[in-house]
Amino acid sequence: MVETVSAVEAPAKAPATAPPSAAYKKWLSLRARDRFMVQAARALLLITFLVLWEVAPRMELVIPMLTSYPTAVWDGFLELLALQNLGWHISVTMMEVVISFTVAMVLGTAIAICLWLSPMLERILDPFLVVGNALPKIALVPIFYIWLGPTGSIYAVAIAVSLFITILMLYTGFNQTDPNKIKLARTLGAGKRQILSKVVLPGNVHTFMATLKANIGLSLVGVIVGEFQASKAGLGYLIVYGSQIFRMDMVMAAIVILSLISVAIYFVVQKAEAWLTR
Amino acid sequence: MNKEVASGWGRKAPPKVEFRNVNLRYFSESGETHAVKDMSFSVDQGEFVSIVGQSGCGKSTLLSLLSGLMRPTDGQVLIDGKPVTGPSPQVGFMLQQDTLFEWRTILENALLGPEIRNMDLVAARERAERILTSYGLGQFLHHTPGQLSGGMRQRAALGRTMCMEPDILLLDEPFSALDFQTRLAIAEEIGDIIRREGKTAILVTHDIPEAIAMADRVVVLSPRPGRLKSIHEISFDSLGPTRPSSMDARDAEEFRDYYHTIWTEMENHG
Ligand SMILES: Nc1ncnc2c1ncn2[C@@H]1O[C@H](COP(=O)(O)OP(=O)(O)O)[C@@H](O)[C@H]1O
Ligand SMILES: [Mg+2]
Repeated sequence: MVETVSAVEAPAKAPATAPPSAAYKKWLSLRARDRFMVQAARALLLITFLVLWEVAPRMELVIPMLTSYPTAVWDGFLELLALQNLGWHISVTMMEVVISFTVAMVLGTAIAICLWLSPMLERILDPFLVVGNALPKIALVPIFYIWLGPTGSIYAVAIAVSLFITILMLYTGFNQTDPNKIKLARTLGAGKRQILSKVVLPGNVHTFMATLKANIGLSLVGVIVGEFQASKAGLGYLIVYGSQIFRMDMVMAAIVILSLISVAIYFVVQKAEAWLTR
Repeated sequence: MNKEVASGWGRKAPPKVEFRNVNLRYFSESGETHAVKDMSFSVDQGEFVSIVGQSGCGKSTLLSLLSGLMRPTDGQVLIDGKPVTGPSPQVGFMLQQDTLFEWRTILENALLGPEIRNMDLVAARERAERILTSYGLGQFLHHTPGQLSGGMRQRAALGRTMCMEPDILLLDEPFSALDFQTRLAIAEEIGDIIRREGKTAILVTHDIPEAIAMADRVVVLSPRPGRLKSIHEISFDSLGPTRPSSMDARDAEEFRDYYHTIWTEMENHG
């Protein structure tokens, strides 16, 4: 009996020993062509943009003072590197991002766990969290500046911007854990803490990852805005400084570096995700 | 005899499982639900009992009471003559969905109970490997649930339950997520395992044929509030003295009569 059942129940994966059919090969080559087209179109779009950006100001179709252009941005980049200690500005911003990002994640996770452990606490705090989340944190920058000074206020804004969303995303995820899995753990004798560690947390790795990704952007926003207000260093400072002395090439170079940084962090998180959900 | 049992001098052991005048009401903002009303019946050691009834008539609630997930509003739920006070390793529960954790391998899933109960994990691991292998999952110990078919997942879920070495098994519509073919085969297989190991089992289902084919007795519930309607002894004398497998039972001549009686009863209370 067991034999017959096992035969019916063969695992879903079929062995791929048969040679691929002609139709499949054709399908594969079509797919490869599609992929190539997409890549080519992307490259074309980028190049067109760069060329237009370079040519239009040089031909005085737009005012170069206002838009700058790629080769000038590159020169601006080299100048920043040579004269303005660019590496240091980047590392200051990175430091601020990494620290506030980590603090917001750790603190937010801890609070979300507390809320899940105590539904009473959650009910009490719910309206405050909703208001805290809805409030535009940027509005607090001047207050943070007065209370905490130039450096402290940068961290405070960046943390405030990502903390509430972390709490809400994680708590929502925790709350949506499959009730049947929780019931099963309870029948096996699990208490609240064991349900947390064996069911809720491991079942929410994807929520955690989604929160991480959302927070990269948010921490960057918080840090740059904080730097706009007050700082003496960092990419936000370079942007403000560049615009004050009307050096668009410098501003653009800083912005390009910022976008490269966010892409880099995004890839790190994606690697972490692949590793955690392997 | 009742007196003897009550005074503690009876030679007869108490039933494995007993409901004594059990009532359960759910409370919520929108009102209360009388889910189980004046329920009394018992199940003996090694017996296989099916509980049938329409959806919402309190079947799952009965199993939750028995597994100690909640207390009755009234009355007593007893195992081996002692009131149930909470979840115990003695009682294994299989839910409708296999509820395997997709982030754990099949083997790790089977070790969930021992981990929660702080049991000896080395011994538990050996036991889990032996049990899963005997259920035909030997090659899949390190696969994740997503790589297994529905029937294999259900066997893995049984393995997880059995790894706690329970002597009472509660099955809450464990086959309802499976397609018909697999469902028959797995019901037969799991029924065999439970009988072979002499476990006491309570199967909840709304599938009357399944209830008859697997059980020694069928308990019929009537809905709203859930009450005991009737109890049917199931035997297939036409197939000889030993209990036939559930597949053979479905072909026995008595089967139709049982089916007809129980079906009519379930119809009559709308
Ligand atoms: N947690 C709950 N809160 C309120 N009512 C409930 C709850 N669980 C079940 N019920 C109600 O109790 C009745 C019996 O439910 P249940 O035991 O799940 O029935 P069955 O398993 O037979 O379908 C139903 O009417 C259901 O709506
Ligand atoms: Mg149910």
